[in-house]
Amino acid sequence: MPEVFDLIIIGGGPAGLTAGLYASRRQLKNLILTKDIGGQASTTNYVENYPGFESIGGFELMQKFQKQAEKFGSIFKYEEVANVENAKNKFIIKTTANNQYEAFALILAFGKTPSNLNVPGEKEFTGKGVSYCATCDGPLFKNKIVAIIGGGNAALESAQYLASLAKKVYLIHRREEFRGDEILVERIKSLKNVEILLSCVVNQIKGDKFVREIELKNVKTDEITNLKVDGVFVEIGHTVNAQPIKEIIKTNENNEIIIDSECQTSVTGIFAAGDVTDNKFKQIVISAGEGAKAALSAYKYIQKIKGFKEPIFDWGKK
Amino acid sequence: MSEVTLNLANFEQEVLKSSDLVLVDFWAEWCGPCKMMGPILEDLAKDLANKQVKIAKCNVDENNDLAQKYEIMSIPAFKVFKNGQVVEEWVGAIAKDSLKQKIEKLL
Repeated sequence: MPEVFDLIIIGGGPAGLTAGLYASRRQLKNLILTKDIGGQASTTNYVENYPGFESIGGFELMQKFQKQAEKFGSIFKYEEVANVENAKNKFIIKTTANNQYEAFALILAFGKTPSNLNVPGEKEFTGKGVSYCATCDGPLFKNKIVAIIGGGNAALESAQYLASLAKKVYLIHRREEFRGDEILVERIKSLKNVEILLSCVVNQIKGDKFVREIELKNVKTDEITNLKVDGVFVEIGHTVNAQPIKEIIKTNENNEIIIDSECQTSVTGIFAAGDVTDNKFKQIVISAGEGAKAALSAYKYIQKIKGFKEPIFDWGKK
Repeated sequence: MSEVTLNLANFEQEVLKSSDLVLVDFWAEWCGPCKMMGPILEDLAKDLANKQVKIAKCNVDENNDLAQKYEIMSIPAFKVFKNGQVVEEWVGAIAKDSLKQKIEKLL
């Protein structure tokens, strides 16, 4: 027999954890299914723009979110969703751990995951020189030669950080210009051990046991060059991995889940919040707010399904 | 099942000479995904409480020699030891059930 809940929240980042808190305070029996606590926010060294905290570690802030949701009743399972089935007025979730859960409503809040380069050698050398987290692995490349791939703020910030540790940093971007903040670009340009290679793409990552070399192609001249490097940091942004839900829900051209102003998706009973949605701003404080909205919308929906009177929130007019 | 903090002095005794299967989590304070694995490992430890498994943590910042010896280039890095040999390894944060499956396969 599957375990039955009022609401299942998929994802344990700022949006999912806040949704759990709000759902719990409305006494919805809610389950948070997640691979980890905090998602992308947890990988941030310091958060300095979450109101009430002048500066706090990303993971520490997310732990506070989790404790608060748990205190009011959210249940946590560290499982990955394999399949979502839309039955009549309920949803059935199967996880990769072979468990089954049921709920009247769902909130999708599983965020985004780092994008891959999809070039030969990338997968083979992951953990053997290829990295997706400069703050994690940077200190393991002290006095070595590294390449950073990307042109946004994440790539620029990584370049600045790695330049303070590594002997030499190549910053490789496929376009003619960077997309990040001007102030960061200026800072990077002034660093002596950073060499910027624009209009270049990575063709291949080569090595023996570890990364030794990358093959670059200049997209303007088609010229091929090989660079000796010890590490490759991939910082080309994040994508939505909506595989288990893709069949049933509407997404935009970036694979983001389309929601309305009340966090309702294209499927009745499924709500979404945070970076996984087509909301234009990806910030912890915004995801938290959206998570609260999604939970209140789900509460309204569940009350109706259960045959109770639709709640009137005290700030709204009917 | 217990959670052990490793260093150069106890590594041989706790890992290489252990009669249990040992999961070593190489991590560091500065690494968000490593910290994310904290509660997952705690939860896993509860699930595997009556199995012949030991979960051990090795801070790569404090144990440079061990990090170099085991060629750690990306954290979190996990290595599973059986009779002193590495029998399974992977890098990056991982879901609890995948982690559990990997370990149960080796028991």
